Amino acid sequence: MTRPPDPRRGGAFGLRQTVNTGLLVVLALVPVYAALTGDSFAMTLFTRVIILALAALSLNLIMGFGGMVSFGHAVYLGIGGYAVGILAKEGIGSGFVQWPAAIAVSALYALIVGALSLRTRGVYFIMITLAFAQMAYYVAIGLDRYGGDDGLTIYRRSSFGGLIDLNNKTLFYYLCLALLLAVMYFVWRLVNSRFGLVIRGARSNERRMRAIGFPTFRYKLVCFVIAGAICGLAGALLANHTDFISPAMMHWTRSGDLIVMAVLGGMQAIFGPLIGAMTFLLLDEALSRVTEFPDLILGPMLLFVAIYLNGGLDGLIGGGRRG
Amino acid sequence: MADVLLEVEALTKRFGGVTASDAISFAVPTGELHAIIGPNGAGKTTLIGQLTGEIAPDGGRIVFDRRDITMLPVYRRSQLGLARSFQITSLFADLTARDNAALAVQAHAGHSFRFWRDARSEPALRRPAQAALERLGLAARADMLVADLSHGERRQLEIAMALVTEPRLLLLDEPMAGMGPDESSRLVETLRRLKGGLTIILIEHDLDAVFALADRISVLVYGRIIATGDAAAIKSDPAVRQAYLGEQAYLGEQERAAQGTPHG
Repeated sequence: MTRPPDPRRGGAFGLRQTVNTGLLVVLALVPVYAALTGDSFAMTLFTRVIILALAALSLNLIMGFGGMVSFGHAVYLGIGGYAVGILAKEGIGSGFVQWPAAIAVSALYALIVGALSLRTRGVYFIMITLAFAQMAYYVAIGLDRYGGDDGLTIYRRSSFGGLIDLNNKTLFYYLCLALLLAVMYFVWRLVNSRFGLVIRGARSNERRMRAIGFPTFRYKLVCFVIAGAICGLAGALLANHTDFISPAMMHWTRSGDLIVMAVLGGMQAIFGPLIGAMTFLLLDEALSRVTEFPDLILGPMLLFVAIYLNGGLDGLIGGGRRG
Repeated sequence: MADVLLEVEALTKRFGGVTASDAISFAVPTGELHAIIGPNGAGKTTLIGQLTGEIAPDGGRIVFDRRDITMLPVYRRSQLGLARSFQITSLFADLTARDNAALAVQAHAGHSFRFWRDARSEPALRRPAQAALERLGLAARADMLVADLSHGERRQLEIAMALVTEPRLLLLDEPMAGMGPDESSRLVETLRRLKGGLTIILIEHDLDAVFALADRISVLVYGRIIATGDAAAIKSDPAVRQAYLGEQAYLGEQERAAQGTPHG
């Protein structure tokens, strides 16, 4: 497969490709490292990195490429998680039912919220997505049967009928990684397709898009739904990872974390959300070992990235200007 | 008389107490270059907004190719063949000139719910884009980001994007705005070449350009069209002179210049 020509990217195998490849090698070797050293925490941490990278990737699709700043994106982690948790509690343990349900309900939620919010822009769009996410948060608190505020323990992970055993942490890790890479490839195809150019054009200048003949609303809505569906899948993975769901999964601060990851990594880049999620979670982990207030250091760092690095961390390694 | 392509009937738009469009009526036959001029605040912007669909009129009709388009949204009018350029350059700054033009092609090449194939490798989109860039002398700049183009080049790209869809009616909103004399005269030449093959509505402050290009001119003052006619008729119209009080001297000068060296 050939890379589409992009005049801004210059060299054949530059720093960006080196870093991205190195990143993938590291991720691929985490289970090996864990097996050799017996450091099972590394597995837990990196599984979380991968799942939240998937969530941040879906946010980046609408926010970075589509210019739709959703401040309620963690809601899909909750919806996906609750789809798995509720079905598990009701005795439906098959992943072939749970995961499609997680994706479908997330997509449906995105369709409704998108249809109502995408007619607004800027701060109004942010507020509407936040308001809906808070509504979902309180609905989850009200679900007494499923633990209410306390959340719900999932006693059995999704079963795939002998195809893959999610209780095997290494297998689960590689499944998450494979899904992340597959979705990254899909998103990369997407943003360079006709559809992707419409989305990017609408971010850049929506008025002009309509003037040259694009009904932009329906394209943005479909993009919003695709992002919701991807993040619903991340929610299903997260529930299986932690064996637990609770309303806290979709608290607005979690939505904020996802925005931070996407911005930190670089919004115009396919690898940006992965770099951002990894940096954010590893720093958070490292800093909480030395201080009680990791945010005191993370906060100024993000400020620095937002002010000085237009393209996030990806911009650092890529060089050259990007939108 | 050629077929009427665009017919505006009693178009009216009020903003509070101000009537920005006061029963505006005019018709543009196929192939005509019809200029609309008027002093600042005459309602030109409101009129363009209604023609393109960004502003809903309070009354009246717009008929395009025998079809009532008064209520159609912006993108539908574009798909029917009504293309426009913007007074203030309105492009995709973070894309290349070629991508800009190709997006305009794509807008008229069926739906864009195509999620997989690399759009930048589709000859069906790239070739017409390239042709339009060449037509406006931008071929050498095709791979530059719009943000890195000069003002004049962006103005040319504005028009290239409107042209690339092979529109039936081209609406040019002050295309000379902010251009130096050299760039202006180059654009006048470009428009002269386009003229005839295309129906054009030209909204322009630069009266030199208008008198040089227009087949017919409508003069808009306080939301009303006070005169329509060819350049000679407009220059000698007493109502127009009255409206252009400040520019009366200019019109007189134009007339004398025209008598000395008649326009082609």
